[in-house]
This record gives sequence, C-alpha cells and structure tokens, in this order.
Amino acid sequence: MTTQPLIGLEVHAQLLTASKMFCGCPTEFGAPPNTQVCPICTAQPGALPVPNQRAVEMTILTGLALHCDIAPRSVFARKNYFYPDLTKNYQISQYEQPLCENGYVLIDTESGPKRIRVRRVHLEEDTGKNIHGGAGAASRIDFNRCGLPLMEIVSEPDLTSADECRAYLQKLQLILRWIGVCNGNMEEGSMRCEPTVNVIEVGGSAKTALVEIKNLASFRAVHQAVDYEILRHTRALLAGESTTRETRRWLAEGRTETMRSKEEAHDYRYFPEPDLMPLEVDEAMVTRIGADMPEGPDEVRERLIEQYELSSYDATVMTQSREFAAFFEAAAGAAEDPKAVANWMQGDFARLLNETGTPLAESKVSPAGLADLVRLIADGAISGKMAKTVFERMFETGKAPALIVDEEGMSQISDTSALEPVIDKAIADNPEAVENYRSGKKKALGALVGQIMKETKGQANPALVNELLVQRLGE
Amino acid sequence: MIPVSVTRDDVAHVARLARLAMSEQELDQMHGYFEAILEHFAKLAAVDTEGVEPTSHPLARANVTREDCVTEPMDRTKLLANAPLADGECFLVPQIMEDE
Repeated sequence: MTTQPLIGLEVHAQLLTASKMFCGCPTEFGAPPNTQVCPICTAQPGALPVPNQRAVEMTILTGLALHCDIAPRSVFARKNYFYPDLTKNYQISQYEQPLCENGYVLIDTESGPKRIRVRRVHLEEDTGKNIHGGAGAASRIDFNRCGLPLMEIVSEPDLTSADECRAYLQKLQLILRWIGVCNGNMEEGSMRCEPTVNVIEVGGSAKTALVEIKNLASFRAVHQAVDYEILRHTRALLAGESTTRETRRWLAEGRTETMRSKEEAHDYRYFPEPDLMPLEVDEAMVTRIGADMPEGPDEVRERLIEQYELSSYDATVMTQSREFAAFFEAAAGAAEDPKAVANWMQGDFARLLNETGTPLAESKVSPAGLADLVRLIADGAISGKMAKTVFERMFETGKAPALIVDEEGMSQISDTSALEPVIDKAIADNPEAVENYRSGKKKALGALVGQIMKETKGQANPALVNELLVQRLGE
Repeated sequence: MIPVSVTRDDVAHVARLARLAMSEQELDQMHGYFEAILEHFAKLAAVDTEGVEPTSHPLARANVTREDCVTEPMDRTKLLANAPLADGECFLVPQIMEDE
C-alpha cells in the first residue's frame, strides 16, 4: 500500500492594533495580570461589543495578500462553549460568512513552487489565559489577552510533509510581517498553529481519522509533531488499526497524547451574534485598503533577480523582511555592485546584527554607508580585509567609511613609488625565497608578500604588491 | 419546512454542554418544555419565506465599528471585588481539568 499524508494548518495571528477587538483596552504583551481589561472584555452585564475598524481593515488586507475573495457581506457568530478563560461563555467569531475565502500561499519545495490553498480567513477574539499549577487546587485566570483581535487563517489539506508545513508557516509569517498586520512571534503566542493530520491510501479508500494537534509554540515543535503524527497514522493505516477523530496535545518529551475526543468538543452551536451588525465591504473599500498593499515578497524577490542580477538564493535572503529588502535596494542602487552589497548584508552585517541582537531598523549602518564601503573596495582605496575592520567600526559608531579610513590611517597604499623601497628591502632580506622563486617554486612569493604586508601594517594593495614583485623578480 | 423534534438524549446532551447536572426527573420535565417551545416556534414555519434572504440581525444597519483607540482600562481592585475568589491579581477557579 502506498500512503500519503494530508495536513491542513489552522493559524491564529494576533493583529497589531492598539486596542482590543471589541473594546478600547490596550493590547501590549506582558502587562501585569488583569490590568488591560474593562466591562466589555470581562463580560459585565449590559456591556456591548463594538468591532475595531482597523482589525477589519487588516483582515481584508491579509485576504488580499493571500489572494482571497473578499466577502461583500460578512457576519459575526457566537461560538458557544464553557471554559474559565472565556468571560461570556461564548467567543465572538465568524462561521458561515467569513471576511475572506479561497486564497492561496505559494511555498518553495524541492520540486519547485507549490500552491497551498487557503480556505478562509476570519476575524475573532482571543480568550484569557489560564495559569495552572498555582498554590493549592486553584487555577488562576488572567483576562488581559481576552478580546485581543485574532485572525484565523485556515488552509486546505494541501500540505504533505512536515517540511512543507514549516515552509508554509515561514511564508505566512513573512507575509503577515511584510504587510504589518502581525509580529509573527510564535514564542509570545502572537502567531499560533494547529495542524490537522491524517494519512490516506493512494488509489484506495483506506484512511485514518483526522487528528488536530495543540500546544505547539515554535516552528520546530510543529515540524516534530507533524512528523510524529504522520508516522503514527502511517503505521496504523498499514497495520489496519482503527483510529479516532480527536484532539491531541504535543508534549516536550517528543510525543503526542489524547486531549479530548473531537465530536464532543466541537458541538459549538454557532449562531449569528445579535449584538453586532453585519460587515458590508464594497469595492471602494477594498480598493482603498488595497492601496496600502506594499509590493509583496514574491514580487520583490523576482524583481531583485531581474533588476540586480542576484541569484535566486541571494534574492531570497534579501527578502527575508520588508526592511531588509528596502535596505538592500537603497544600498545596491548607490553602490554599482549589488552582488557585493548582498554579500555584505548576509555576511558581516547579518552576523553583527545577530551577535548584538540589534534589529535592522536600529542599526547605525545606513544604506549609503554600506554603498560607500563597497565603492572604496572597488576603487582599491582599501583591501577586502581592511574593509571588514572598517565595517565593524561603522556598525559601532555609524561613521562614514571614508572618515574611519582617514581617522585610523587605514587607507591602502596603491602608490608604486611608496611600495618600491619596501619591496626592495623584502628582496634583500630573503635571498632564499628569491632563489626558490626563481628556480620555479612560485609559492615562495608568499613569504615576500607576507613581509611586505607586515612592514606596511597590512595597508599595501596586495594585487599591486604581487604585480610589482613578479615584475621585479622576473628581471 | 424542517421537522422539529427533540429527544430526551438531545436534552441530556445540551445539559451536558451547558454544564448543568440534571436528575432523571428533571430531564423528563425539560424534555416536555423543549417540545412545547419547539412546537410553538414551529408556527413560524407557516410564514411564506419564499425569496426572502436569511437575516442575521433585525436592524437594517451594517458596519457599526469604532476607531482603533485605546481607552482607560478598569481598576483591577474593582474588577476583582465581585469575584467569588481572587488573589489580588487573578481570578481563582477550581483547578481546570483538560478532560471533561
């Protein structure tokens, strides 16, 4: 029997609004418990919700970025269940008429680009947080998160491996950050993922029951949990064992366990939310929101390949974020050597940003500064080795590279008359190396170059030194 | 017209979803109430709704939204004052079991 895993991903993304979904409470992460709450988000009697216009617009923008149809009419619904993290005993969500439907995300796979269909994007509110394991037999509830605006992005089961799931999540994270609607932080829970997994028989009718996985707080956990479930389902299918539709929890020890059976838990008795009016989105509104849409990561990537002749790999690295791509373009436009700019950005620049934990936006290096540095190297004013030191100073101080070269007396010696005495001295000091070179051991030149670089404190132009040496020794 | 009927098991299921403990006697009684209520609502089926769009709200309004502006949160002491059990920071509830 040939088997095929089918995985769908449900992603919850917290929108970057200033206030909550249905009330004016602030949305900052990490505030002391129950200090960002009000009568509405704690469901005091008589309090009524009013939707956040910005959250609606951000969801529509997301729908456009994911190539969705935007519903001309959309309604909120009550999802009824009892749990202490829910103040109203229902969650306001969308059910039959979501804001966005029928889109897709393009991912890179080993066999080329693949289209992962997006079934729907809808708007809802987050729940509070239960803090377990406190003193005694009590659970503590913090409602700061209750009512935060969430988008739920549901894919079709088009993913067939853990690698594809990761690629999809990374792409989705990139897009959401790119258009500025979500910070994509999985550790803080502002982007959460619940995969639905089963395995089917290819060309047959055998299949395992759908399982939803919860408690995944990183890309790595998603990858591991999906891999684990694919293996579990495949074994069950091959052995002809029956499986049950259920929700399973991922455990840090590297396996999943049953959390609850699905039929029971999913009886949510949805009905239209009587406290809220429908949303009507006309074409003018879609056009107005779409006007805020930046050129997307895929488009920018293609353009970088075309316009700056970058390799596909370089173009992917340069479009890791909108800020990174903008920095690259600003520097490449001024530097005349886009490839060199790309090398610096993914080399020393990325390393220093990473080592110091500095976001690109806060870096002291400007695109013009990086372009200047690349030009100094191209002009032969400094060597590649010196440039590394200059760049570190730029990163620390934000000074222009030419100024650093001046101040630190680092400029390269490319003046033949200045180098000749040093070369003469090296030849005189190393008769053996000279002898070896002349008898055919070309490597012997290295010893001479080494002494010249030492004498000039690394400032001699290495290409020129080589050229002059070869010329002199050939005489 | 959708036939309206409710079984005693349906009532027990809804009670369970609503976390209501019911005796056998109460279930029988509720079953009667449910049937009476549904019978009453079944009268609506006599209305001709041919060509009428399903409605989600009785008011003919849409897009009632607010600007994304932050307002002053509620004082925590006041909020927790009405809680049956609190520890000054959080509401306290009996320990939550993941499985019902």
